[in-house]
Parts: sequence; C-alpha cells; structure tokens
Amino acid sequence: MADTTTNDQGIPEPEGTSALIETDYTIGQDNIDGSVGPFGFDIHNPVFLVSGVAIVAFVFYTLALPDQAGTFFGWLRPALTSTFDWFFLSAANVFVLFCLALIVLPVGKVRLGGAEATPDYTYLGWFAMLFAAGMGIGLMFFGVLEPAYYFGTPWGDAPLGTVRPFTEDGVLIAENVEEARRMALAATSFHWALHPWAIYAVVALALALFTYNKGLPLTIRSAFYPILGERVWGWWGHVIDVTAVFATLFGLATSLGFGATQANAGLEKVFGLPNNTTVQVILISLITAVALVSVLRGLDGGVKVLSEINMGLAMLLLLFVLFTAGAVGILSGFGKGLVAYVQEVVPLSNPFGREDDGFRQGWTAFYWAWWISWSPFVGMFIARVSRGRTVREFLICVLIIPSAVCLLWMSVFGGAAINDMVANPETSAVKANVIDAYSPELSLFAMLEGLPLSGITSVLGIVLVIVFFVTSSDSGSLVIDTITAGGKVDAPVPQRVFWCLFEGAVAIVLLLGGGLAALQAMVISTGLPFTLVLLVMCWAIWKGLKAERQA
Amino acid sequence: MYSKIMVPVDLRHVDKLGHALSVAGDLAKLWDATVTYVGVTAAAPSDLGHTPEEYAERLAAFAEGQGASLGIKAAAHAMVSHDPTTDLDPTLLRAVEETGADLVIMASHLPNIADRLWPSNGGTVATRATASVMIVRG
Repeated sequence: MADTTTNDQGIPEPEGTSALIETDYTIGQDNIDGSVGPFGFDIHNPVFLVSGVAIVAFVFYTLALPDQAGTFFGWLRPALTSTFDWFFLSAANVFVLFCLALIVLPVGKVRLGGAEATPDYTYLGWFAMLFAAGMGIGLMFFGVLEPAYYFGTPWGDAPLGTVRPFTEDGVLIAENVEEARRMALAATSFHWALHPWAIYAVVALALALFTYNKGLPLTIRSAFYPILGERVWGWWGHVIDVTAVFATLFGLATSLGFGATQANAGLEKVFGLPNNTTVQVILISLITAVALVSVLRGLDGGVKVLSEINMGLAMLLLLFVLFTAGAVGILSGFGKGLVAYVQEVVPLSNPFGREDDGFRQGWTAFYWAWWISWSPFVGMFIARVSRGRTVREFLICVLIIPSAVCLLWMSVFGGAAINDMVANPETSAVKANVIDAYSPELSLFAMLEGLPLSGITSVLGIVLVIVFFVTSSDSGSLVIDTITAGGKVDAPVPQRVFWCLFEGAVAIVLLLGGGLAALQAMVISTGLPFTLVLLVMCWAIWKGLKAERQA
Repeated sequence: MYSKIMVPVDLRHVDKLGHALSVAGDLAKLWDATVTYVGVTAAAPSDLGHTPEEYAERLAAFAEGQGASLGIKAAAHAMVSHDPTTDLDPTLLRAVEETGADLVIMASHLPNIADRLWPSNGGTVATRATASVMIVRG
C-alpha cells in the first residue's frame, strides 16, 4: 500500500481499464482451514467464532433473564424509533435521492465487474432472486394488513391525520371513504416502494462495486475501505462483519419463529390444525429441512429455482385476487394509488413538523429501521447476483421495477380488502381481524375468505409463506457463510449446512423459551447504527464510481 | 490413443494433485497428447485472483510451468461458476465439452464417510462425461 499513489480517499489512482484497489491483504489470509472428521472447513478467524459465541450468549441471556431482556429491548426499540424518527426519515430520503441521481448521472454507465463483464443471470432469474430475498414474505404478511389498517384504524395511527371512514361504533361514513382509501394506499405504497429498495440498493451497490470492480473480498467490511483504509482488515472490520452476521442471523431466526406461528394460524383456520408449539417446531424443522436441500444445491440449483417458483406462485395469487375481486375496479385503483403515491410521497417522507406520531414513529420509522437492519443480508445477496450490470441498469431494476410491483401488489390486495370492508362493514372478515380485533397473521386469509375458491387460495397462501421463508433462510445461510469465511464464496459446503441448521435451532430455542419478540426488537435496534453506516456507504459509492469513470 | 487430456486442478491445493499431474504428464508423453489444465473460479475476488481474468492468468502460468517441467504440450482453460462449491460437477462437465477432451484425469481423495452423504466430484464426472475418465488416488 505504501508505494502506490493514492488519493485522499485511500483509493489508488486507477491504472488502465480497471480501478482495482491495491492492498497487501490477501483474501483468506486470516482464515483457518482444516477438517472435523470428514467435513472440511475454511473459516475467518475471528469473525466465525466471535459471531457464533455471541449468538449463543445472547440466546442464553434472553432465556436466562427473559423479563429483563424483554423489558429492555421492548423499551429500546420504540425509544429509538420515536426519538430518532427524524433521522430515519431523513436518511431514507437521502438514499432515494442518491439512487435516483445515480440513474441519470454519467457515472450510471459504470459496469459492475469491469467494462467487459457480462451479466451472470437473465433479467427474470435475477429479478426473482432479489425480490424473494428482499421482501417476498413481507408482502404476504402486510399486503392486506397494512392498507386495511390505515383505512380503518380507530387508534389514531392515521397517516397524515387523514379522515376516518367509520364512526366509533363502526358505522360507515360514506363521504370519507374515497379519501381514506386514497391515503391508505398512498401510505402503504410509501413503505414498500422507493424507500426500502433504495436502502437495499445502496448496500448492494457498495458491495458489488468494491467486490467486482475494486477486487476486495465479498464481505460488508470491504465497503469501508475508502474510510478505514488498511484498518478494515483488523478489528474495525471484524466488528462490522460480526454485527452484520448477528443482525442477519437473529433477523432470520426471529422472523422464522414468528413466521411459523403465522403459518400455524393459517393452517388452523384452513385445516383446523391445532395451534401450539409442537406444530410450530415441526414447521420450523420442515422449513429448515427444505432450506438445507436448497443450500446443498447451491445458488443456481437451489435459491434461483425456488425464487422463480415463488415468483410464479405469487403472480398466480395476484392475478387471481385481481380478477375475482373485480379487475377493472382494482386496476383503476392501481392508477389512483399511483397518483396518490406521487402526490403524497413528499408530505409522507417529510421528517419535521408533523403531528401523526402514531403513523410516523410507530410505522414509518419502524419500517425504515427494519429495512435497514435487513440491508446487510439483502444487500449482500443482491450484490452477489448482480455482476455484469451497469449501475444504471442495476438501479432501475433494484429500485424502479420492484417499486412498481409492490405498488401493484398493494393496490390489488389492499384494494380488495378495502372493498370488502366498505361493501359489508358488518360481516367483513378483514374488518373483524384487522380493525375490530387485531390479529395480523389472519388478515391475508380473511381477505381470501371473501373471494371464491378460498380453500385453494388459502393453501396457496400458506405454501407461498413457507416457500418465501425457505428462500430467505437459504439465501441468508449463503450470505452468513460468505461473511464468516472472510469473503470466500467457495468455502466447503458443511459450513453452509451449519449456519442453516444453527438458524433453525436458534428459532426453535427462542420459540420454546420465549424471547422472539425481545430479540426481534434488538435486531431492529441495530437499524440505527446501520443507518449511519449506509450514509457513509453513499459517500464511498460516489468516490468509487468516480474513480471507475476515470479508468 | 488419446490426443486431448483434461486435468481439473485446484490451484489452492496443488500439493494434493501431485500424482494425478505426473500421471497426466507421462500419458501425454506416451501418446503425444495435449494436456489442458482446467480451473474453476467464482466471479467474486479470491486469494487466487481479484478478477476472473487474474485467475485465468495464474492458471495459464501454472499450465506453462507444467508444460516446461514435464516436457509436454500444455494449455489452460479457466471456467467461471456462480457457486463453485456446489456447481463444480456441472462446470467440469461443461469444460469437457468446451475443451473437446477425450480423456479426463482427475485426482481424488480416499473415500470417507462424507462420500456417503454426497457424491465425489470424480464419481459424478465419470458417470456423466462423454469422455473417458481416469480417477487417480493419492
């Protein structure tokens, strides 16, 4: 490093056509490899061990002192999102503007992997993977819940303090319906369109750029090279990587635990299966087993195939709901939702001078913290599969297209749910499960109940929930394995198997011992430090892209 | 007998390939065949190269070294795989087609318990390749 010419960012001046970063660090130099019996391993020392031990320690802590952990993290998460709501909202706006700017600026021409690189995946396969990893499961869970909730909430969480369509005793106020529907769809779209995808895009772009164009290992610390320089290979980098592993594993394990309870609620409703921990443990084991097969089959044979199956099934469900709930009405609703989103996105993303605390702090800041805490995982996965795309192409496909799909999804599912509530306020299952009693896990099934063939579509819904969990679980195992192998993507298979099983085991232990909610709150709390990290990444991307343009 | 011999190599563990490399060298001399050394890499940077191009250069240098020390005609053929850990077999099978090899000489470890869980690379390539396959132990 000492004898190369570097500019003030520590990035060497580019030579020739590639702007590789010269560093004395060899990928894998801190790794220990060997074998336990017949099973080989190749792990980063100390990231693998520290992450593993820290995870076990935290699980132990929440199980040994459940009340203390529950109280602490139960306080921490809302405290962070209500104190720093302005920070989350402002940062997310920065990410959106940054990504939109990169699409139109000349640096958008830079190709990930060098000027000669060709894309690793077709548009369809690529898009299916980034969508399944990014938010597939959230769409299943919130697609009905969120619009229905904003539409009818009696608890003062109305976005921008908009009008209520029901009186206190549940009678419909006809003149408020249109405005409440418009705002419900705009607010839901706001949480699922540009902002979350911009968060993912920033992390993914930083990692892809520093890996494929700068030649640094595929691990979170590499994006910090412009700031930390060679220190990134020492403890600074270890801490960054361990935190990312930690957030990813607990994020996956807690949502797997909750996902099992949701799938169980669905199974109870459709098949009358008992709703208890035995069934949930069986579900987690089943999901982990399928994920294991997928992990053993690798990226192309496992994750990609499952993602494509998922996208096909989700499309089927979307089309079914669209046509049975009245395609014309819903498509015009999509048009109106799009207009409403464009009109309201600025007021909704304004961080200051607002009075809708319940919505802004309880929903928006919560979502932003949540997306950001997931961003190391999703971002790294997107980076892994995005080689060969130009920055412009990358951002259009990671930002604009998924946003459009989410807008469509929300207006179809939310539109159908709201129609149901307006048409039969007395008997609507959606209203009963979202507004009258808050049982979020049943909202999707409640909406499907109001449509024909609900037996078949509910089963399809449950299958989708489970398969989306499998895709998160296996792509998560690949990501954690790569980080804990010091950025090596070709570490021995038994390591992936270990992380996949470990994640399932942590989910089961937390489900049985209690502590899912506490640890999920903890994971979302990591969103705050990661927000700073993401802001720094924007700067690093900018510097890196400029160096690349000069090359 | 055979004119194009393909030898898959793991540049990270060249020391474990010794026997297969010398067998390939001897047979190539016997039949005056060309040996193509095939290596598989991921697109992501590794200790063997920051880019697939760097990896290819390293493989070419290895092939040249083998050719010189064994006195045979040597070539290199680098393959890029999305996930080399799991996609090694299909990638090697693709390499057999691309190089037009009529004989594959592969190094293999002694079978152990793990081979009962998932098949060895040599076994799979031997089952599926159109070319003849010779597995060299030790």
